[in-house]
Amino acid sequence: MNQRIYLDYSATTPVKQEVLNEMLPYFTEKFGNPSSIHSFGREAKQAVDVARDRIAKAIGAKQEEIFFTGGGSEADNWAIKGIVYANKEKGNHIITTKIEHHAVLHTCEYLEKNGFEVTYLDVDQYGMIDIDQLKNAITDKTILITLMFANNEIGTIQPIKEIGALAKERKVYFHTDAVQAFGNVNINVNDLNIDMMSISAHKIYGPKGVGALYIRKGVKINALLHGGAQERRRRAGTENLPGIVGFGKAAELAMQNLDTHITHTASLRDRLVKGILDKVDFVKVNGHPIHRLPGNVNFAFEFIEGESLLLSLDMLGISGSSGSACTSGSLDPSHVLMAIGLTHEIAHGSLRLSIGDFTKEEDIDYVINELPKIVDRLRQMSPLYEKVKGGQK
Amino acid sequence: MYSEKVMDHFMNPRNVGEIENADGVGQVGNVKCGDIMKMYLKIEDDVIVDVKFKTFGCGSAIATSSIATEMIKGKTIQDALKLTNRAVVEALDGLPAQKVHCSVLAEQAVKSALFDYAQKRNIVLEGLEDFKPDEDHHDHEEEHE
Repeated sequence: MNQRIYLDYSATTPVKQEVLNEMLPYFTEKFGNPSSIHSFGREAKQAVDVARDRIAKAIGAKQEEIFFTGGGSEADNWAIKGIVYANKEKGNHIITTKIEHHAVLHTCEYLEKNGFEVTYLDVDQYGMIDIDQLKNAITDKTILITLMFANNEIGTIQPIKEIGALAKERKVYFHTDAVQAFGNVNINVNDLNIDMMSISAHKIYGPKGVGALYIRKGVKINALLHGGAQERRRRAGTENLPGIVGFGKAAELAMQNLDTHITHTASLRDRLVKGILDKVDFVKVNGHPIHRLPGNVNFAFEFIEGESLLLSLDMLGISGSSGSACTSGSLDPSHVLMAIGLTHEIAHGSLRLSIGDFTKEEDIDYVINELPKIVDRLRQMSPLYEKVKGGQK
Repeated sequence: MYSEKVMDHFMNPRNVGEIENADGVGQVGNVKCGDIMKMYLKIEDDVIVDVKFKTFGCGSAIATSSIATEMIKGKTIQDALKLTNRAVVEALDGLPAQKVHCSVLAEQAVKSALFDYAQKRNIVLEGLEDFKPDEDHHDHEEEHE
């Protein structure tokens, strides 16, 4: 293997050098506990404040509305459980969708076993919710709408502004998992009427193990961890100081580079999609054609299975991901691909390639050159392909 | 995740293809679960003289099909019927636990093709008296490790 091409930026991103440079002193000479009153502590506390401010600015929030967590999944868990238990005298109904990240879906399923009721909204073939279905789902028992900003598998971006306006009008709390959207879409929590929002550092060229939950001032939510006074007594535990510093820097950079990032990733995305569609038959591009993340491509290749595609790509140094059952460790293919109406057969042949800041045009051209050969090799082995051979092809 | 042997059989599968006028053809698995194996046998004097396969599925599904064809080629029907999923796993230097069902499919694909052969000849093969070709062999819950 002479080169490695990383096309799994939706899974995680490398830490940018500028981010790492800011983090490093906080492991060694500036190692203080932000809760300590001495100079080491004050220095650390100040760094946390700077990071909090950078993140707040990135989403149009106030500093005191940003709460650091151990990542996106933790933020999702906190937002949902924290809201429903703090507001259970008002109702027990939650609205979400069928295509949420498991951090949201499994939390909702857990709450269903504990007396809460959950409505899982459908999505159309592009992965979009129907705003009327959402309107009709709201009852006087509804206390929370938790609906992802952009989907991690197929990249579809939901009509967040309309959802936020509706939630505000109906006086229901609105949480959005923006782990995939943050750094790829301009987000202002006030314009969009978002009450809570989960974000994560490692998706935006920051470190793993740190995220944040935005909580609008005045939102009634329970504390996540009890103990010390950190995070305004809502999330106890000594702060992940270097991680938080890195997250702050990554957020600042993401905002500075947002336009060039979008242009770069979207143009490579278009190049990849066109290149593959020109060379391969029986392939579908999943997700919304317009309302989508700039760097996300999700193909479904008929007659072949995703894991064998991934393995073959990996042998050439190309790293992607798939929603096939064989890569998820379960019997069924991805719940997202099933929700957009793909058959099992086609969903098993899905391949997600996600593009980022370090992706080069020649990387994409290499994939355009190699992927069709892999698809053809696997199809030649597939008993499902026999029927169509000599037909359209 | 996979042994070198599995990767070798996945990247360079043996005996891929079809046999025209095969003496026995078996297909197991289903699209829903994401793997289908089809096996073709050419049999002369109770000996499997040629075998080919086609598989839709993950890396281990392709590798187990490939090695299973190697393990039965040139064998008598009775020897081929003795092929177990465990032997397939061992020949591949092991499979991850969640992939052991692929070896079960490979064993069943061989049995299914031999069953088809027996049906065509109107004979009953020892060991296949109770074989049900249409049964769903793809049971992830009963993986034999």
